Amino acid sequence: MSEALFFQEMTEEQKYGQFMKRINAGEKIEADDWMPEDYRMTLIKLISMHGISEIMGALPEKEWVPKAPSLKRKLGIMAKVQDEMGHGQLLLRVAEDLMKPLGKTREDIMQDLFSGRLKFHNVFHMEAPTWGDAGLIGWLVDGAAIITQTNMLNASYGPYARALKRICAEEVFHAQHGEAIIMALAEGTGEQRAMVQDAVNRWWEALLMFFGPGDASTTGTSKQDTTIKYRIRTKTNEDLRQDFFTKYIPRVLSLGLTLPDETMHFDQERELWVYKQPDWNRFKDIIKNNGPKSQERLGLRRTAYDTNKWVREALNTAN
Amino acid sequence: MTEPAGNMPIDAKIKPPMTSLLYQLADDDFILAYRGSEWLGLAPHIEEDVAFSSISQDTMGHAAMFYQLLADLGEGNVDSLAHARKTSERRNAVLLELVNGPGHYLSSAQYDWAFAVVRNYFYTQAKKIRMDSLKNSSYQPLAEVALKVNMELYYHLLHWKTWFIQLMQAGGEARTRMEAAIGRVLADFEGVLNLGPLAKEMAEHGLIEKEEVLKQRWLFIMKPVFETVKLAVSEADLAMKTGNGRIGEHTADLDDALSTLSEVYNINPAASW
Repeated sequence: MSEALFFQEMTEEQKYGQFMKRINAGEKIEADDWMPEDYRMTLIKLISMHGISEIMGALPEKEWVPKAPSLKRKLGIMAKVQDEMGHGQLLLRVAEDLMKPLGKTREDIMQDLFSGRLKFHNVFHMEAPTWGDAGLIGWLVDGAAIITQTNMLNASYGPYARALKRICAEEVFHAQHGEAIIMALAEGTGEQRAMVQDAVNRWWEALLMFFGPGDASTTGTSKQDTTIKYRIRTKTNEDLRQDFFTKYIPRVLSLGLTLPDETMHFDQERELWVYKQPDWNRFKDIIKNNGPKSQERLGLRRTAYDTNKWVREALNTAN
Repeated sequence: MTEPAGNMPIDAKIKPPMTSLLYQLADDDFILAYRGSEWLGLAPHIEEDVAFSSISQDTMGHAAMFYQLLADLGEGNVDSLAHARKTSERRNAVLLELVNGPGHYLSSAQYDWAFAVVRNYFYTQAKKIRMDSLKNSSYQPLAEVALKVNMELYYHLLHWKTWFIQLMQAGGEARTRMEAAIGRVLADFEGVLNLGPLAKEMAEHGLIEKEEVLKQRWLFIMKPVFETVKLAVSEADLAMKTGNGRIGEHTADLDDALSTLSEVYNINPAASW
């Protein structure tokens, strides 16, 4: 009690000092704790983007849920996409708690998505024209997601760290689900093999982009310094991209597949992968909702939202 | 008790009603789970998306178990049963194959949530009654599957019933839309309760109870629910307007659904996917 009173009497600067001390000591910050505006805004942006990406991420796979080529695959992909929606729900709840003091709700998140203020991951703006893409999304996109999310498992914000713990556990199953589809195709007929190689070629640049630009010089802004300062994450975008290469390049090659980048190699001396930079201007354009499927998927979401307006109104009447 | 296939051949007289029943059970769940999967990402809110996709996944799992029973009886492998049979060979009720609403599931979908709620609720109640009856089936493998299915059905039923009552009691536009959906569903609900031309033999061999008994049970269980929401429904409202799926009568909606759901399978049915 006396400690609480003492805290109220502190200046903003003292509060900030104590907050940073807690963070640096590895303590978890909880939803009702005092936090600097900057921290709150960074978390809202990060977590609502993560949450909405899980939800928009269901759409490229959605095409393949009804079309999955066997009962086993149908069940697998249904379970997987359901998990993604569940992750979206979990994360939006975390974001909602952070937004409460600002007077914002789920409705604002959805409206921000539709208006383009809230962005979603570049990979979910891309086309997924074959069953090979369905497998590749599970294998490499989820594989990339595991790498970025593992990097935040010890995030200073407790509710996010706990949500990620559950999400990461499920993502491992997704990556296995994706890998199983890819293995079946890679060991299958010529047509099936071609399907996987096409998917790798199509997704490679988007996968490199997934980790974000190496530094602010590439795209003008980067939140990574702020998130590292606040111990939300530990590694940089480039560290994560390198981790991805180390984990997945040998696996891709061992399936007899090739990478659409002839310059790609491991530099033994510098101990890092050398690769062709993706087109970062294109990246900026994609996440501004100008990717090949951005408008179609936003349109689908928006139409569903409008079509179901009467249901939400009826629920509000009932409650 | 009839022995499962593999141990000894099934009585030639029992096999036709048995496979007929299994095709109905499998095809009903399969096509409705497909329709459910088209809803993915489009439900009224995110929580519902999670719940509905979980139900569709369970339902697809039930279809897979029923197809497996058919495969055990020598009807072919489960994936060809699910993906390769023509429209005229399907035995699902027509109501369950109808589209979710206007538009395509990837672009312009304007799906009707009232229709989803009513179709799923009425069907799930009928399925629950069927599974309760099948728990005592003379065919032991079917009785065992019914027991498993029943465990999940409890939650499905609770889910749809909650939606049904809530939207019916909301009044206004919701009530109007729900009543329209009820009209559409009842107009083909006889097709769900129908057990096809071999219904009599199914009952005689103790595979499932009589069609009429199950139908009266459905009406009896639904009566208090209809009373709660102040809706007059009688047996005379049940019809089979769009055709009898149990004898292979279907709509163009099923043709479209089958070509979508077997698109990848058909690239090479012999390949391993």
